[in-house]
Amino acid sequence: MPAGPLLAVDDLSVTFTQRRRRDVKAVDGISFSLDEGSVVGLVGESGCGKSVTSLALMGLLPSRGVRVAGRAGFRPGGGDTEADLLSLPSRRMRDLRGRELAMVFQDPLSSLNPVVPIGRQVTEILVRHRGLKGRAARSAAADLLARVGIPDPGRRLREYPHELSGGMRQRALIAMAVACRPRLMIADEPTTALDVTIQAQILELLKELVTEEGTALLMITHDLGIVAGLCDEINVLYAGRVVESAQRHELFRAPTHPYTAGLLASIPRLHASRDLPLTPIRGTVNDAIDWTDGCAFAPRCDNYAEDCLGGPPHMREERAGHRFRCVHPVRTDAAAVSAEQSPAAPEPSAPKGEDR
Amino acid sequence: MSLLEIKDLKVHFPIKSGVLVDRTVGHVYAVDGVSLQVDAGTTYGLVGESGCGKTTLGRAVLRLVPVTDGEVWINGVDLAHLPEEEMRRRRRQAQMVFQDPLGSLDPRQNIESLLTEGLEVHNVGSGRAERRGMVLDALEAVGLSQRALNRYPHEFSGGQRQRIGIARALVLEPDLIICDEPVSALDVSIQAQVLNLLEELQRDRGLTYLVIAHDLAVVRHVSDTVGVMYLGALVEEADSDSLHAAPLHPYTRALVSAIPVPDPEVEDTRERILLQGDLPSPAAPPPGCRFHTRCPWRQEERCATERPELRTVGEGHRVACHYAEQIAAGEIRPRG
Repeated sequence: MPAGPLLAVDDLSVTFTQRRRRDVKAVDGISFSLDEGSVVGLVGESGCGKSVTSLALMGLLPSRGVRVAGRAGFRPGGGDTEADLLSLPSRRMRDLRGRELAMVFQDPLSSLNPVVPIGRQVTEILVRHRGLKGRAARSAAADLLARVGIPDPGRRLREYPHELSGGMRQRALIAMAVACRPRLMIADEPTTALDVTIQAQILELLKELVTEEGTALLMITHDLGIVAGLCDEINVLYAGRVVESAQRHELFRAPTHPYTAGLLASIPRLHASRDLPLTPIRGTVNDAIDWTDGCAFAPRCDNYAEDCLGGPPHMREERAGHRFRCVHPVRTDAAAVSAEQSPAAPEPSAPKGEDR
Repeated sequence: MSLLEIKDLKVHFPIKSGVLVDRTVGHVYAVDGVSLQVDAGTTYGLVGESGCGKTTLGRAVLRLVPVTDGEVWINGVDLAHLPEEEMRRRRRQAQMVFQDPLGSLDPRQNIESLLTEGLEVHNVGSGRAERRGMVLDALEAVGLSQRALNRYPHEFSGGQRQRIGIARALVLEPDLIICDEPVSALDVSIQAQVLNLLEELQRDRGLTYLVIAHDLAVVRHVSDTVGVMYLGALVEEADSDSLHAAPLHPYTRALVSAIPVPDPEVEDTRERILLQGDLPSPAAPPPGCRFHTRCPWRQEERCATERPELRTVGEGHRVACHYAEQIAAGEIRPRG
């Protein structure tokens, strides 16, 4: 057995600094871990720090005006040695990126070079990391495109990004990401720019790659529907911190942080009755207060009480694997139901890790 | 009584080519023969993927794009054939809310000026004081205070901007509001606020909506009737509950099955219909049924040669598929 998770992010924070301006803490102490071959989701709305987290892990943030703190232990090659992605010299980082770590971005058109044919962009990685040359590299590239479901790959290799449809471009990007069979793939809103039927194709492809190649996937998205079907474990982010973290069945059955519960109540459901009103979360993300003063979600929270502002709330774990950062959590879940049915039963004895 | 009736509407954009003389070398068949009715006080939702012509249809209702053929009746007047000047006056009856609130609000006008502009154009109200009162009423209806008047669009959050966009439509007291992707630029928690606001306004003012969006879950939630568009034409229309419960057209089935549902139990068990390939170009739509190139239920006969009409199959349920009944009965099985 290998020694612990593939990636262990511990207390990551990213601060943007500007002269004569207040510092902006985009990520404020995020911790999570990812096992080999697993899929972990980071979910949150705009401004919650999910993309900045991925850029920090990949070492893609600019060095000026940004302060990165914390640790991100990654085991290259799945071995026992651990490297901290946040403090690795940039040359080592360049070797890891593309070979062990890969990234798929939201907008495939702006992450591909518009004046270079797809083929050159794919072979570039094979040349750099796998030492392939000439015809071997081209045929490996064609295989990769075929692998991600691009028909007629030989012709596509000669085409430019603008000649491909959105779905095809995203497939080409995924082909580039998996070119060196990375251990960890970070997908930052990979389907947000795509139509639903194309999105379904791409999600199916990602699932397939995870099961067949054993690649671990860090899925960053705002769409709770996507994580519900794809992720083993889900971290919900708010204002730069993880506010709730659980296995997917557990999270959707018993959302405990008022923010998670609020998000779920505000989504129109395809299968629910139409008369069921949506319950929005009031206010906007801009209403957040500083975590050092108390819970950042307090100004928008229905469960707000005065002690929410008594310093930063701690992560609590009442059931195995289900952690939340809240003083007055939501109790309308499976735990509450079972507590109602058998009032004698103490609360922590609620069903424990029965899924998976 | 239907407030809006569209009859066989067509919008074809010419494709021009040539250096000195523009020759028309083809057409983009953005909207190609759509008929639908929206009853007063109800919401009609149009869904479809990018490039299906839903936005063009919405714009054509207000003649923001030239109508190639067909009729658009609002309150018993055919807008499609009105002279331009008459049309300008009629636009007060039907207003539009756009997707991108920052892009559709002039950044250099303050909110009062943005909302008063429509009143001035249509000569509503006399004098500044009366118009200001109307603007304030509209702002109050969307949940914004008097303090908004002197501020500029960039000072508001995305959700507030969309409220301003709605207030701008409301201030003219239209009968019909066309909402083109009203919430797709907003965060989930804010989406619900705007959707609830739209419903509340409809209840209070008896508004009629044509809601255009790509998200079937959003459209179903706000609409009484839902129409599904594919490549310039309606492929299915039904009341919003039966559409997702018993979709008849293969494209609707695929669309419903492709939408991620925020419930792991549903996600684990439901059947997914994966479509092959991409949307064909609307400049060269496939012959016969436009969906036959991607349809898992495609048949040798008719599908590639004969374009299916939108036909009534049940109470308020219309579908454009030759084999809808056989597919529903399980007599025709999908390929692969």
